[in-house]
Amino acid sequence: MNTLNPVVDQFETSIADVDRAEVKVDVKNLDFFYGKTKSLKGVSIPFSRNKVTALIGPSGCGKSTLLRTLNRMYALYPGQRAEGEIMLDGENILSPRTDLARLRARVGMVFQKPTPFPMSVYDNVAFGVRLYENLSKADMDARVEEALTRAALWGEVKDNLKGSGLGLSGGQQQRLCVARGVAVRPEVLLLDEPTSALDPISSAKLEETVTQLKADHTIVIVTHNLGQAARVSDYTGFMYLGELVEFGATDELFTRPATKRTSDYITGRFG
Amino acid sequence: MDLLEGVSVSAGSLKMSDVIAQPVLRRRASARGAILSTLFEWLCFGAASALLAALAGLLVSLLIGGWPALHKFGFSFLTVSTWNPVTDVYGAAGPIVGTLVTAGLALALALPIAGGVAFFLTELCPGPLRRPIGTAVELLAGIPSIVYGMWGLFVFAPLFAKYVQLPLMTAAKPGSLLDTLTTGIPNGSGILPASIILAIMILPFMAATLRDLLLTVPASVRESAYGLGATTMEVVLSVSLPYIRRGAIGAVMLGLGRALGETMAVTFIIGNSHGFPTSLFDSGSTIASTIANEFTEATSDMHLSALIALGLVLFVITFVVLGLARLLIGQQERRT
Amino acid sequence: MTVSTTLLLRRRAANASFVVFCGLVTAIALAALAAILWTLLSKGLGGVNLDVFIKATPAPNSHGGLANAILGSIGMCVAAMVMAVVIGMLAGTWLAEYGQRSRYGAVVRFMNDVLLSAPSILVGLFVYELLVHPFHSFSAIAGAVALALLAAPVITRTTEDVLSLQPTALREAGVSLGAPLALIIREILWRSARNGLLTGALLAFARISGETAPLLFTALNNQFFSFNPLKPTANLPVVIFNYALSPYDDWRNLAWAGALLIAATVLVVTIVARIVAQEQRRS
Repeated sequence: MNTLNPVVDQFETSIADVDRAEVKVDVKNLDFFYGKTKSLKGVSIPFSRNKVTALIGPSGCGKSTLLRTLNRMYALYPGQRAEGEIMLDGENILSPRTDLARLRARVGMVFQKPTPFPMSVYDNVAFGVRLYENLSKADMDARVEEALTRAALWGEVKDNLKGSGLGLSGGQQQRLCVARGVAVRPEVLLLDEPTSALDPISSAKLEETVTQLKADHTIVIVTHNLGQAARVSDYTGFMYLGELVEFGATDELFTRPATKRTSDYITGRFG
Repeated sequence: MDLLEGVSVSAGSLKMSDVIAQPVLRRRASARGAILSTLFEWLCFGAASALLAALAGLLVSLLIGGWPALHKFGFSFLTVSTWNPVTDVYGAAGPIVGTLVTAGLALALALPIAGGVAFFLTELCPGPLRRPIGTAVELLAGIPSIVYGMWGLFVFAPLFAKYVQLPLMTAAKPGSLLDTLTTGIPNGSGILPASIILAIMILPFMAATLRDLLLTVPASVRESAYGLGATTMEVVLSVSLPYIRRGAIGAVMLGLGRALGETMAVTFIIGNSHGFPTSLFDSGSTIASTIANEFTEATSDMHLSALIALGLVLFVITFVVLGLARLLIGQQERRT
Repeated sequence: MTVSTTLLLRRRAANASFVVFCGLVTAIALAALAAILWTLLSKGLGGVNLDVFIKATPAPNSHGGLANAILGSIGMCVAAMVMAVVIGMLAGTWLAEYGQRSRYGAVVRFMNDVLLSAPSILVGLFVYELLVHPFHSFSAIAGAVALALLAAPVITRTTEDVLSLQPTALREAGVSLGAPLALIIREILWRSARNGLLTGALLAFARISGETAPLLFTALNNQFFSFNPLKPTANLPVVIFNYALSPYDDWRNLAWAGALLIAATVLVVTIVARIVAQEQRRS
């Protein structure tokens, strides 16, 4: 993976290249609009297979917006639109022909705050699976167990699968949401500041889970926590004011940032 | 009633200097303040107790007023459907059944529609229409029920007779279930028309309440469901609705309570006969309509007492519905 | 990930019918409600003229207005609101500030809810037993008391709600200055909650101004002007009820005009209440 060619141009952005064969999601020249406000400006960024890519930057820089274009969550809200290309395995998901249900089966998402549905732990995990597959009771049981195991929650809830998902602690609820996301077996998993509402111990457990999940998924994580980005990610993109300022291998970007804005941000001089 | 007039302290302009500079005045004021404070608390307590007393008085007055009739007819008051002011024999089964049937039918008709309207307003409605439609629904919830009653009598009944009752009655084969259900005089009044008017009346209230409840579902929870690829229907029915079920049950029960106790919207169109209603088009009566029609014209004391006893029955029914709502809500609270 | 295509198609079809259902019932509901408003306007507007506001209710087949009924309604509603605001605000304050956690408070709160949703005709019966039967006369006072009993629970409820929404810091700031609780409530909490309190009062007014059932056995009706609060008094809802069911065209037209007046009043009051509530939210 050491085929990185940092390019520093006059606007001080630096987009490292990656192994093209390994790119799962390729964002090209993406603009995003909230009504008339342009909140993403020509963003191009690759997300590699079985890697964790972190998006960092100050509040309002567009990192969550970028994440929400990857499963077209923004389509829920009239007035929000994206222009450009987002290629998922060579297919542009921004095309109007994209089937949103299929897209979202392939691209899962976990939110900032835990969002358990008002139903049992078991039904929470099975909810997404039932949308796409007709499984027998035994197959579904196995799938639920597998998902909960992968989210490192099985041990804590296996005796209370019928209990309400709302009855779990905050950290458990968030891992339940991860389990619900991975149960569908998505190819890409989007995590939007998944630990910002959690205590340090729960956060550490979730980070551990994320590291294990990359064996099966392409993971994109938005985080405010630079330490977290450094710990869990392979690549990092630094965004500022709707632009991607720098993208590169995480250890590279944190130790030898190519632009001044990035180095200012990661050393805490602004943001 | 300014407690601290001597110190010129009012919340609008609290001057620290005033308070500190005048310790003597402050001490005097606080002694007076303590007395007036207690007085104020007792005033508030008295007002709260007055409400309790009002409800107790309501119950007691219905009990006392209805006692002669309940005493004379006993349990048969609830089971017999003879209501005869001439012979002074009163059985309330007709109005009781009429009340339960019209309210039940109204709820069955209004609930799916109110749900549909609420779902439409929260998930499907194009942005610019959302506010106007929502506001219209809210405002209509406040229209006095007598307006619904008049519309039912003068506009709805003739149309209903011509385009629903007559065709249905001609279409029904003699002896079939439809025939049994549609027996009656096709004049647009009766049990079903009254239920429809009631449904229209409680519809805006239920739709507005359900919409308000649906708006309390956090966007992130709904987005999570959409994020898994769920359709609007799946998000609404499997996630949003369970999320608000406590409040939704309460809203439904309040709608039912309104339908049970509604007087004016029903009195105009139910036909006002005391018999046991045997079909959907049969004329009937509800407890409220019977009281409204006969109370000021009641001649004998027993007739008056029977009407008040009817009121007591209505009170018990609505009380049970409200209590049941509380119970259901309470249980779910504990479960989650 | 194996996506079952038949399942997807079935789900999409179910969703499409759901969307159609929701749109359709919304259209039906709006159509029914628009029809009611249209009837009210088309039948009511024709009857509204100056005479309605200056002449008393007529004998059958003669000309007249609704002035006595309008006056009676205004008088009774205002008297009822005065009673209801005093009782409701004090009771709501007690529930929010003094008795919020007590068992008695829970009982009062539940009973207030019962009173709030009790059928209004029963309140009429109660006041009949209390104030009409013993004095052998229907009266404006009885009517006002019946309406007050309907308005007070609404005001109690909203008062409690808006007071509990006031930040605890506001109370603590008052306490830290050494002010007694009664003063904090009256001078700080009521003041900062005044828009909410006003909204509650307006909604209560909207509720009672169209109430018919409880007036049937309390204020009854009067064909003429009456300025004696101990005597039967004309009021819009009962006049509308009687005239609507009458066989005379003049009376029916007056009934529609009256219904339009009441509905318009309720709508205006509700809209004002909403504006007041919105200002509260903005500040």
